[in-house]
Amino acid sequence: MAGAAGNAMSNAALPAPAESYASVSERGCALALQPRAGRGWLAAFALALLLTLLLACGIPWLLALGVGIWGLDVPVAWGFAIANYVWWIAIGMGGTFISAALYLVRQDWRSSLSRYAEAMTVFAVSVSGLFPVLHLGRPWFFYWLFPYPNIMSAWPQWRSSLEWDFFAIFAYLIVSILYWYVALLPDLATLRDRAGRGARARLYGLLALGWRGEAREWQRFEQLSLLLAGIAVPLVFSVHSMVALDFSQGLLPGWHSTIFPPFFVAGALFSGAAMVLVLGISMRHWLGLEPYITARHLDNTAKLMLAAGLVVDYSYLAEIFTAFYGMDRYEVAVMLNRMCGAYAWVFWGTILCNVVSIQLLWSARVRANELALLLIGVGVLVGMWLERFMLIVTTLYRDFVPSSWGMFYPTFWDVAFLVGSIGLFFVLYLLFLRRVPVISMFELRKLLREPAAAAARGRERPR
Amino acid sequence: MTGQLYGLLAEFPTADALIDAVSRVRGQPFAGRVEAYSPFAIDGLAESLGGRADRIAPAMLLGALVGGLGTYALEWYSAVHDYPLNVGGRPLASWPAFLPPALEITLLGAALAGVIAMLLGNGLPRLHHPLFAVEAFERASSDRFFLLLRPEGASFDAAAARSFLQSLAPLSVAEVPA
Repeated sequence: MAGAAGNAMSNAALPAPAESYASVSERGCALALQPRAGRGWLAAFALALLLTLLLACGIPWLLALGVGIWGLDVPVAWGFAIANYVWWIAIGMGGTFISAALYLVRQDWRSSLSRYAEAMTVFAVSVSGLFPVLHLGRPWFFYWLFPYPNIMSAWPQWRSSLEWDFFAIFAYLIVSILYWYVALLPDLATLRDRAGRGARARLYGLLALGWRGEAREWQRFEQLSLLLAGIAVPLVFSVHSMVALDFSQGLLPGWHSTIFPPFFVAGALFSGAAMVLVLGISMRHWLGLEPYITARHLDNTAKLMLAAGLVVDYSYLAEIFTAFYGMDRYEVAVMLNRMCGAYAWVFWGTILCNVVSIQLLWSARVRANELALLLIGVGVLVGMWLERFMLIVTTLYRDFVPSSWGMFYPTFWDVAFLVGSIGLFFVLYLLFLRRVPVISMFELRKLLREPAAAAARGRERPR
Repeated sequence: MTGQLYGLLAEFPTADALIDAVSRVRGQPFAGRVEAYSPFAIDGLAESLGGRADRIAPAMLLGALVGGLGTYALEWYSAVHDYPLNVGGRPLASWPAFLPPALEITLLGAALAGVIAMLLGNGLPRLHHPLFAVEAFERASSDRFFLLLRPEGASFDAAAARSFLQSLAPLSVAEVPA
């Protein structure tokens, strides 16, 4: 890209010129230090809690009666639980990618998005982790996946992708929490210093770990941030590849394919970008973050979503092509079942959301229209859920032998767990909005200073 | 001078004023140990104060090696020695299948070691610090920049340091009690 265009892009994504160091702190801390929550927040929180109630009732019910309360049966033994799991963990991946990969390639504009994208990651991964555990059948033995010395003298089966998956989620959850928390330290220190004298100042003081912002502290901090971002990017790719291997390690038509890991990674970036967009547009208005989350941010995120979406679309095409080119009769049958079988509406719904709707994003006018972006973003989230459901059900419901064919019908509890997990995510997210700065204040301050510094450098040695 | 002094703290309104102050105070015999506080990272400031963040990367490498090799060793020991399972005559030490968990814990080990190295290097966590007693310092995390001269070394001269700080036209100069 030409230098001029590059500059125009980064400048347009900067916070509005009227902003100052103090106003960044003001805005960043406003919601966290506000003594009483606003009506909008309370209403949203109440709704999210209500939805979470479904999960809170569902889990004990599941523990008491078993996974049979879901519509699971042979041949479809995966159903909603695994679709939910893949959906949520994929949403998390997008947050890390936006924060870490864009940091590595020095895309300054990400500073406004990184905090909430990372928070979204932590919560989405936490929610996703519930599903594989609840799906175990005997969830209280989930720790058997962990290699520990035990009186049964048994070890986990290292060659199973389900075991890999456990390690992947475990590592990813901890790293994403660390990555988020380290980046929070300076902002927690700001909260501590602005919270006055009470218990809240003490709490933020404890959480800030005594951060003071000495030059050498910052130096170590920046070094660590860079290296952590460098760790987080391969981690994202590896974790979602492991999720994909859960499928492709199985010898089932429609799953047993080498395209799955990259296909799943692209899908993760796709749905993650969609969630970042949906949350960004909502927060922009409700929290008055227009000076920070600018039209340029939405435009860039929409482009990222389009790019990831095109890779996903290519994967759909490659799968169809491979099935018919390979002429394996089971692969062909699965593909035809997807397109014309009992669950054809799921397939075509996926195509509508993930292939057709995103083509609108080629238009700059659509990318500038928040309502359109919001609708497309929600559509993509729905589409990505449908895609996982389609992948699971269409492969399983018609087995190799017609005598073992069967349908999957979701029960009330299937839906309750899905809706409840959305509620739980938003409970966590709303608490985050209320108690933690939603923008990365120290990064924005740095960004505020740098235009002046860059201009000064430019005068010294013109290029 | 009293032994109760933690340091002399000068407050500046801008990052450039702090950078300027640091460059002027460096090498002054009376200055003692120089510390600079800012609400965001200022490129080059730590280097000019002689800071080096060269322990983080080796710590992360070590963490990565311990995590990855440790996990691989655990897998190998359990699958080959402690709990060998013959599945269709496949090799017990099926190393390609052992790589995914080892890879994940490599990255986890690196991240954990890096965070620990950063915290230890920065002397965190700590519950209190003498600077927190200075009211003006509350803005160090928001919009003000501070230079701290600490009595370290025989040549530190509080009176000279104070008059030097005043000559930099700071917003304020405060004594930080130890």
